[in-house]
Amino acid sequence: METVNLTRMKSGDRGTIAQIRGGRGMKMRLTAMGIRPGTKITKVSAQLMRGPVTISMGNTQVAVGFGMARHIIVGLEG
Amino acid sequence: MKKILLMGSPNVGKSVIFSRLTGVRVIASNYPGTTVGYTRGTMRLGGEKVEVIDVPGTYTLDPTCKAEEVAVEMCADGDLIINVMDATNLERNLNLTLQLLKKNIPLVVALNLWDEAKHIGITIDEKKLEELLGVPVIPTVAVTGEGILHLVNRLPEAKLGQLTYEDEERWHEIGRITEQVQQVTHRHHTFLERLGDASIHPITGIPLALVALFLTFYIIRFIGEGLIGYLFEPIFNGLWAPLMMKLSAILGSGGFLHNILIGKLVGGEIDFVESMGLLTTGLFVPLAMVLPYVFAFYLILSFLEDSGYLPRLAVLVDTVMHRMGLHGLAIIPMLLGLGCNVPGTMSTRILETRKERFISVTLMAICIPCAAQLAMIVGLVGKAGTRGLLVVFGTLFLVWIILGYLMNLLIRGESPEIFVEIPPYRLPYFSGLAKKIWMRIEGFLREAVPFVILGVLIVNVLYTLRIIEFVGKITAPVITGVLGLPREAVAALMVGFLRKDVAVGMLSPLGLNLNQLVVASVVLAMYFPCVATFVVMAKELGLRDMILSMLIMIVATFLVGGVLNWVL
Repeated sequence: METVNLTRMKSGDRGTIAQIRGGRGMKMRLTAMGIRPGTKITKVSAQLMRGPVTISMGNTQVAVGFGMARHIIVGLEG
Repeated sequence: MKKILLMGSPNVGKSVIFSRLTGVRVIASNYPGTTVGYTRGTMRLGGEKVEVIDVPGTYTLDPTCKAEEVAVEMCADGDLIINVMDATNLERNLNLTLQLLKKNIPLVVALNLWDEAKHIGITIDEKKLEELLGVPVIPTVAVTGEGILHLVNRLPEAKLGQLTYEDEERWHEIGRITEQVQQVTHRHHTFLERLGDASIHPITGIPLALVALFLTFYIIRFIGEGLIGYLFEPIFNGLWAPLMMKLSAILGSGGFLHNILIGKLVGGEIDFVESMGLLTTGLFVPLAMVLPYVFAFYLILSFLEDSGYLPRLAVLVDTVMHRMGLHGLAIIPMLLGLGCNVPGTMSTRILETRKERFISVTLMAICIPCAAQLAMIVGLVGKAGTRGLLVVFGTLFLVWIILGYLMNLLIRGESPEIFVEIPPYRLPYFSGLAKKIWMRIEGFLREAVPFVILGVLIVNVLYTLRIIEFVGKITAPVITGVLGLPREAVAALMVGFLRKDVAVGMLSPLGLNLNQLVVASVVLAMYFPCVATFVVMAKELGLRDMILSMLIMIVATFLVGGVLNWVL
């Protein structure tokens, strides 16, 4: 399966989070919101000039800063 | 007294349930982090009075930031926890619930947003959930009150959870529970969801934001001007003025008491802006000049808050805010500050670090005039057309950007990235919206009217004792030399400590030309905040940062005022 970081996904693409690269604090914050390996996500949008990335999972939408998004590795669907 | 804690993830409706339980009115909105402090109230439970505490939302009990740390500490002295869950996000919300079950405090679960869950095709078997968790689970719709009585009736059944699991297995356990109790039916996207996605895509979102901004200005002006022109001015001019003229005659058209109550007559008539009497200017400014705009502003702001638009706006402006050492969410305190700097300053608690909070509080105090001040500037400077207004607001906006940029470079500390949940769009409930607007209007009337009247009284005392004349002489080099204003303008600056709206009004009788009015308005907006904001700022920033903030303010004010005077 092809894996990319969240910022490289196209809006509308789906995938499953494969890995979160980052410190313990960041992992904890993401996990608390349900963003962890195994979560199925859809990328909703990305803002221009390295702005935040919005993803949706289930009925939740979350905006994640560009730096954090780079540490979220996603396995692309299909 | 026994303590009941309302705990749950952000934006699940804890404050609405709190309001329903205690009758205490609190501001509730559709974005995470509306509640930044603890609100306490009481309710009767089985003939006993108990304390209810609305705890700010937290996603987890492994604290990941300051606000969550405090929530976790709070958790230790509860006698009972009502865990409010968002039924539309069962899985993620169970994460906190499972952690709360390990706290050895009796628990009850309120499964809120039950109607919305049903509406979007989520069915939850609450009996089964109750069985699995081992604590009472009650579906609720806080905004309509559905299920609240049932929740109260079952509070005595609160108990320690039966569920045991290893911490490493928590998400596994959550998955197991969700699978057993939840059914999701597939459905098509609704209009609101499409609009939600469109407003967070840069290509569609930025034009939508501009439309929203334009509409906001237009509607506020339309409502404000309409209320003033068709309601308040006719009442004051047609009914109140003749009454006051009679009183003036009774008081002998002059003298000390006349000056205090009615003020000076201008050309034998009462001038509601310039007379400066308690019963004339003291009532006219807050009621007929400011209130209409305050009402219009809060109508729009409350609607935006409840719709769920603000977090989307935050994402759109995030990149710009980063240049100022902030992230997108900082736009929310700024918008609240446009109503009143006091709640605006308090809401900077949604930002994580000292640097962010310092920058946002300082920027707000310097560059964000409150609705009362805005209304007066529009009333005074706007009389000569829109050009003056454009200069005033354009200057403040520029200073906001430049000062933010400079502070980002100079202030040490971290500016973390945005990380925020985007709530679904919701159509605001009329009753909730009306209640919130009324709360804010009532707050304005309670705090503004007495302070305006006090301000007007102080103006009279200062003039009578010739203090203004004296201070005017001392400060003339700055006021006249640097800012190009007449000496008497110092009176407005002095009163500005108390109320900015009265201060702007005091510029009216000075006969300033448009350029002077512009300079004076900008200076009044930028220099020291009113006393209420000052107190809150000191509390939020601490002494050291407060002094630093004030120094930045003084330098910025005179620099900008001087440059404006020189350029215009």
